[in-house]
Amino acid sequence: MTTVASPRHSIRFHGRSYHAMVLAPEPPLANWLDELDAWLARSPGFFFGRPVVLDLAVLQPGKQGVADLLQNLAERNIKVMGIEGAEPSWLDFAMPPLLLSGRQASVMPDELPSATTEACTPASSSNPPSDPASHSAPEAAAAPSSAADSAPVVAPPPQHPNSLLLDNPVRSGQCIVHPEGDVIVVGSVASGAEVIAGGSIHIYGTLRGRAIAGSRDARARIFCRKLEAELLSIDGLYMVAEDMPAHLRGQPIQVWLEGDSMVMAQD
Amino acid sequence: MAKVLVVTSGKGGVGKTTSTAALGAALATAGKNVVLIDFDVGLRNLDLVMGAERRVVYDLINVVQGDAKLAQALIRDKRVPTLSLLPASQTRDKDALSDDGVASIIAELKEKFDWVICDSPAGIERGATLAMRHADIAIVVTNPEVSSVRDSDRIIGLLDSKTVRAEKGERVEKHLLLTRFDAVRAGRGEMLNVGDVLEILSIPLLGIIPESSEVLRASNLGSPITLNNPASAPARAYFDAAKRLNGEALDVTIPSDRKGLFGKLFGRRAA
Repeated sequence: MTTVASPRHSIRFHGRSYHAMVLAPEPPLANWLDELDAWLARSPGFFFGRPVVLDLAVLQPGKQGVADLLQNLAERNIKVMGIEGAEPSWLDFAMPPLLLSGRQASVMPDELPSATTEACTPASSSNPPSDPASHSAPEAAAAPSSAADSAPVVAPPPQHPNSLLLDNPVRSGQCIVHPEGDVIVVGSVASGAEVIAGGSIHIYGTLRGRAIAGSRDARARIFCRKLEAELLSIDGLYMVAEDMPAHLRGQPIQVWLEGDSMVMAQD
Repeated sequence: MAKVLVVTSGKGGVGKTTSTAALGAALATAGKNVVLIDFDVGLRNLDLVMGAERRVVYDLINVVQGDAKLAQALIRDKRVPTLSLLPASQTRDKDALSDDGVASIIAELKEKFDWVICDSPAGIERGATLAMRHADIAIVVTNPEVSSVRDSDRIIGLLDSKTVRAEKGERVEKHLLLTRFDAVRAGRGEMLNVGDVLEILSIPLLGIIPESSEVLRASNLGSPITLNNPASAPARAYFDAAKRLNGEALDVTIPSDRKGLFGKLFGRRAA
């Protein structure tokens, strides 16, 4: 019996990383919950839509304690997306998953649904998001109290510009990897070379090698002054030289994703 | 101050050994003290092209391993007294070379000679990376065809990462030597033309050596083309390239074989 292999790759697997705020309750739990309530009274929309990770390393509540704590937080409209520092036996399937290998980050969580900008929180974005109940209260208290009636106000974090600028051509066999942002090459990318970027790739020269963009951002684009590329990829979708429109070879182009397909147009 | 020059390419068979011999002889006839080192251990050819294959007693491996002194291994050329050769071993392979051994030999040669020219083997492995390691100047030999150009690009990338100069943050001065250039075939589009190669490789052009049967004749006789037939087109191109290495600013032209009147009337080939 012969089976016909499906020509389309229908499942794509990606890696993603997110910044989350960590709540680390400390015993006695009742006092901690009181402080949390006081915080929420001052800035009620603070946790709205914000993914929260619960760090139980200090509290060590045990199985029932975890269930109670999640219930307490749910009553306060705090959505927990993951749990750290807990024994696997305390968590059942309905609870948020156990997270391992988290890294300390100093940037506040990213854009949130229906967030409106607000001027005074940039100062707090450099605060390690570990214990909002105690240390960042002074900064957050600066939030205008009128926030109580309006839609939740949260500032987007200041974008740290992180693009890599290369002044020299990328030679055959070289591999440029920059997951933090855009890559700009002032020169050509040789056949047999690769440029891998988290954001967009801009090549002020001829692209003869591979450009792999958008490993962090599906809105990334690839630009070049002369298309002779071997392979172009954005966010996991790729296009080899044979699939590229023949009339665009040798032209200045930009490539981007529309839904599930890569679109190329003359620049 | 002595300069260390490596003649490299990535691709094999493009004219590294021929060019090493020709340029070395051209620099030596202009009065400089030149030593040529063959780094192609196990597949040595520089001694054949120089006509010294019957006088090889000690070689580079012997000196690196301390079996012989440098002066015992160096072979002076009979035609040009300022030109010497340090041959490679034919019986061993490149694993016998050590980085420290090569570094000390090159340091010793820099004291005695004006130009130390290293003939690199083909490839990107240990032999090639050792040959380029201590270079101040690199000549990248390329044929005007696609596989040679891509391999040369790879080698240029390695020159910027695997040399002592690159590790210190300085740059190796790179020059392109376009060899086996056939203007007729380039005109027909069968070979890349000079502009295409320069656009892909983006390094300054040292010279263009035309394809010529004189090269094979010279190597059969065991003499560099610049000594065997200095009036031939490739030899003239090598002499110009040597002048440019010495700092003269000459325009790059492609010399052609001069034909007399009868040669032009009756000497046409059918192809």
